Amino acid sequence: MPDDDDGDQTRELRGFWSGNIAFGLVSVPVSLFSASRAGGVSLRMVDEDGTPLQRRYFCSKEERLLESDEIVRGYEVDEDRFVVIEDDELEAISPDKSREIKLENFVGVSDIDPAYFERAYFLVPDEDGSRPYWLLARVMEETGRAGIATFVMRGKEYLVAIIAQHGILRAETLRFHDELRKPEQVGLPGIAKPDSKLVSSILRAMRKLRAKTLDEDSLTDEYSSRLEKLVQGKMRKGKDVVKAPDDIGPSERESAEIIDLMQVLKDRMRGKEKDSSASRTGEGAKTKRSTLDERSKEALYKRARALKIKGRSSMNKQQLIDAIRDEA
Amino acid sequence: MAARAIWKGIIRLGDVKVPVKLYASVEDRSTHFRLLHRKDRVPVRQAMINPETQEVVPYEKVRRAFVTAEGDLVLLNDEELETIEPPSSRTIHILQLLPPRAIDHRWYVRPYFLGPDEGSDGIYAAFIGALQKEGREALTRWVMRKKEYLGSLRLVAGYPMMTVLRHSHQVASTEDLQLPEGPKLASKEIDMARSLMDMLTADFKPSDYRDEYRARVQELIAVKSSGGKVKKIPLRKKPKTDDLQSALEASLRQERKRA
Repeated sequence: MPDDDDGDQTRELRGFWSGNIAFGLVSVPVSLFSASRAGGVSLRMVDEDGTPLQRRYFCSKEERLLESDEIVRGYEVDEDRFVVIEDDELEAISPDKSREIKLENFVGVSDIDPAYFERAYFLVPDEDGSRPYWLLARVMEETGRAGIATFVMRGKEYLVAIIAQHGILRAETLRFHDELRKPEQVGLPGIAKPDSKLVSSILRAMRKLRAKTLDEDSLTDEYSSRLEKLVQGKMRKGKDVVKAPDDIGPSERESAEIIDLMQVLKDRMRGKEKDSSASRTGEGAKTKRSTLDERSKEALYKRARALKIKGRSSMNKQQLIDAIRDEA
Repeated sequence: MAARAIWKGIIRLGDVKVPVKLYASVEDRSTHFRLLHRKDRVPVRQAMINPETQEVVPYEKVRRAFVTAEGDLVLLNDEELETIEPPSSRTIHILQLLPPRAIDHRWYVRPYFLGPDEGSDGIYAAFIGALQKEGREALTRWVMRKKEYLGSLRLVAGYPMMTVLRHSHQVASTEDLQLPEGPKLASKEIDMARSLMDMLTADFKPSDYRDEYRARVQELIAVKSSGGKVKKIPLRKKPKTDDLQSALEASLRQERKRA
């Protein structure tokens, strides 16, 4: 099912894209994971009693909730006339680019104007202790180079810069050249010759604000701090607080996912020696995993309800899969 | 055609005030799809449901709650949320003037051009002149539509461009990640990878890269819209190389032949 909604509540510890990085004839199987988090402290939608709600798709004609396999992508060609485009059709447009990021061009990282950068993903090697991954990351970091390529992810072509930092490869999507407007396209007027006295007085004011490095404290999200203060005040008074007895803390979920991701990253970077998690990725576990993975979240939820799994209402798909697997 | 300004603000620097207009400098060119119900091809709507009862909860009855670390919910009403909104203002504060690139590109989200407001051409030109002479990038802060923003302000193609920045907790850092020691790499492998990379290195020319997929999605839509069938391109199978060193050798040979 096309999932264009990257909303907080549907986040899962699952790669956005899986495929190969190709460097000459060397191929590195990787998965992409988001390296940025949603803005601010996310608030949860609840009903009047404080029950956490789920976002679902709804057919207004049949007036009922839809399962994810009942939903398709459509393009509006005329008013209310849609052409349905299937996922495999989108992939068939450019099958190679849907599976491979081919690094045929390298540039200096600092040659790329920052206005091009859009979003960063971590590249996690699919194979434990992948030697080509380590090799590519090392040589790119030492030479300060970025690999530039285009590839297709979720029905869209992306220009991407692969950058190595701290031994990790990142895929940073870039805007295409024709997506960045030039001043004349925006309609900015010609600039008159500036008044030199005015320039000097502005320069004097600017000099007072000179600094060598970015004060990262100024990048803190003040809204979130105020929100946390407001919440703490209400908790002290015990006002409007709903205890969630059988629920684990979903607010931790996002940061927990980032920590999980870091752990996955570390594990995959490690060599082949078996650790305690090895049994889960063995062949037997794999078949079970994939059949569960194919089920819709709704189907999983029903199964979780049948198994009376606690905290199921606040679980995302992966958590449901894990909980069902533990129960079975 | 000139773009429409999305907001008006005033840059403040000591006693100096520069009234400006904000213009989007990114143009979205991707093809947008709607999600449809497969059976009747009606666009779907989003609804909030109670997962226990599977009942739709009307939007006027939806509340917001903060989830604590323990999993408790603290309900917040609209009036309470209003009290923590930032006070509205038109001021763009300049916090610091930094050397170019002192703000890492990973903080960058979305760029905007700043143009002069009515009657501010003189001070606007002087501001650009000063920024040019100073040769630095400004860290800015402002409030727009009840939200606080941080930005980087610098000259691009001779005009001020202000880019919205991410907040600190939004960027996941790998700095503190203590990576395990990697597999041993032979110095020959490193040398070959370096040579191959050298051969593939050139200046960055953004106009060399085109979104070909976009046009082909439009073709696909046109063909399907007129009832036609689409031919599928089969996936090319590629030989798998397990031996890193011989793959590097073969790549170098191939690249030398091309050159």
